[in-house]
Amino acid sequence: MHELLWLVPTLPLLGSVILMLGAGRLSTRAEAAAGALSVGFAAVIAFTIAGGFLLNPPAGAAYEQTLWRWFDVGGLSVTIGLRLDPLSLVMMLVITGVGFLIHLFATEFMEGEEGYGRFFAYLNLFVAAMLLLVLGDNFLTLYTGWEGVGLCSYLLIGFWWRDPANGLAARKAFIVTRIGDTALLIGLLLIASRLGTLNIAGAMHNAAQSWPAGSPLATLAAFLLLGGAVGKSAQLPLQTWLPDAMAGPTPVSALIHAATMVTAGVYLIARTHALFLLAPAAQYTVGGIGAATLLLAGFSALAQNDIKRILAYSTMSQIGYMFLALGVGAWGAAMFHLLTHAFFKALLFLSAGAVTMRLHHEQDIYKMGGLARRLPVAFWSFLIGSAALAALPLVTAGFYSKEAILSGAWADGSSGRVLWAAGVFGAFITGLYIFRAVFIAFFGEAHTEVSGRYGWRVILPLSVLSVLSVLGGLIELPPALGHVTLLSNLLAPVLPASKEAASVAPLLVASLAGLLGIGLAAVLYWRPARPPAETPLWRFWHAAAGFDWLYDRLLVRPVLWAAREGADDVIDSVYDAIAWTARTLHEHVRRTQNGRVRFYTAGLAIGSISLIAIAMIR
Amino acid sequence: MTAIPLDQGLGLAAALFALGLAGVLVRRNLLFMLMSLEVMLNAAGVAFVVAGARWAAADGQIMFILVLTFAASEVSVGLALILLMHRRNSTLDADASYHLRG
Repeated sequence: MHELLWLVPTLPLLGSVILMLGAGRLSTRAEAAAGALSVGFAAVIAFTIAGGFLLNPPAGAAYEQTLWRWFDVGGLSVTIGLRLDPLSLVMMLVITGVGFLIHLFATEFMEGEEGYGRFFAYLNLFVAAMLLLVLGDNFLTLYTGWEGVGLCSYLLIGFWWRDPANGLAARKAFIVTRIGDTALLIGLLLIASRLGTLNIAGAMHNAAQSWPAGSPLATLAAFLLLGGAVGKSAQLPLQTWLPDAMAGPTPVSALIHAATMVTAGVYLIARTHALFLLAPAAQYTVGGIGAATLLLAGFSALAQNDIKRILAYSTMSQIGYMFLALGVGAWGAAMFHLLTHAFFKALLFLSAGAVTMRLHHEQDIYKMGGLARRLPVAFWSFLIGSAALAALPLVTAGFYSKEAILSGAWADGSSGRVLWAAGVFGAFITGLYIFRAVFIAFFGEAHTEVSGRYGWRVILPLSVLSVLSVLGGLIELPPALGHVTLLSNLLAPVLPASKEAASVAPLLVASLAGLLGIGLAAVLYWRPARPPAETPLWRFWHAAAGFDWLYDRLLVRPVLWAAREGADDVIDSVYDAIAWTARTLHEHVRRTQNGRVRFYTAGLAIGSISLIAIAMIR
Repeated sequence: MTAIPLDQGLGLAAALFALGLAGVLVRRNLLFMLMSLEVMLNAAGVAFVVAGARWAAADGQIMFILVLTFAASEVSVGLALILLMHRRNSTLDADASYHLRG
């Protein structure tokens, strides 16, 4: 069955090509079918392959499929190959499974929009690129997918291009992530030149052989890869693009800016964990960045009124948890949280999309109110997603994955305890900000008209994701609660085992923190009345600690100033002179172009006679 | 029959060519310009024939037949163009149509 692996990224690519070539010629139904079914079939194949993989694990826990040789230059041979091991298996299932549900949702959400086919062409291309990213067996294939998802992210954020603000947000996302991408590219070139191979498994093996732990080269390479991961996953200090990326349609936010693309950084670090184990400084930094981002994003989410921006900051915050887990060496916990986060964050975004669909795209939670009774489907989905996000103990998937992360941090010595404390405080903030949104948007008085009904293409994805958000955590339970280790058993061949806290006390404290946050939200926002007053503190966190302002002063304005000042310098005047000469000559020469046949004939005759005369005289 | 000397034949061709060229440059009537063009073509033909006779080669006559064919096709297109111009401008003055000036 695994011979069909190449079909998994190819089918969405095919769907994208069909939609692009058939632009304007296909009916809306055909476009929806091509967009959703290409991913659907890819998901079916992916799950079949996964079934075979789990029942009958291959030797070395990896299928490898070499498609063709890309190039072979100067001893560096690069093949286009796919490698399916437990890590890419998990990612592949998330991308195709959750991706298909979001595509299905989008077929109804985007109905009546201009550029329906274009939307699915981009979305399919994204899925293909993302699959290439996680399935590629060498860094160059990974990088191709990495840039592909960046391009699709840009195209989809600016999907409603008639509003210039959306184009601006798209450019910002592209440029900010590009800074990280450049670091990643330099890192890959360093690995290729020093380790002599771009094959990921080979490079990791060579690194462990030739670089001692803590060597400067290993540290440099790890930091460069971290730069790429930070840009793609919207972590400090390259986090500013993600909230603005919410300018795209909501299914895009769910798929790209919550479930899959932004977790590519986590995948990259987990994939190259051997390198990070050689560079303790880089690994500490990963944990530090994660903790700082999760707190910063948590506070920022508290000061937002736009439901999608709340979710954007919460995505940043949850990816901060995953980075924290990577930083303390809880690799499996990071992947576990990636998995459950894909479920519940996609659910949150889709239910938020389902709400705004019925409110004429109103996204301000203070203009919603009282939706619990009027939109029960969206309410229950959003509530389940929020509970999972806030890690409601025992009944949600988010609880188990966050518990695994905090337990790993607790067990990681004294620096781990600091990160653990940040994580626990983050759990408290998470419960507070997400239930603030729940209480304000779904309870209290109604402020907006609700119209229309949901079709099955909205209800089905919401139901499936709700079930997954509740039950998805049961694949991995802590020792105190049954000790199920399905996921860590699966990941054991590719990721080193995580440490776990032995005592129950940290688990209880962390659960209490989440509950406390929910409780405080209930006390503060049960009877919400007015939007919060614009105190300086509120403005500070509303602007996410002013990073945009800082970068604007520090980078954007100097560059724009230099561009403006440099527009008329000496070098430029040379080119101006060339243009001036050409224009002046043209003014004179064009007078001979007077349209008179006899003038032209005379010119021809004089010219020919002169040429013959010259030839004869010589 | 004595052969015409080469320089006399070429002199005739050159005179004919110069006459034709002068006609094209001086006349303003398109019909006469076309006729002058024919004179120039025939001057070239005379040069070919004289040269062919001088070296007793058939090439000169073959080239003359080619020139004749060209002249015929050129005249057919030229006359059609002149007819069209006459319909548009009601005149055959070459200087009256300068709409292609740059």
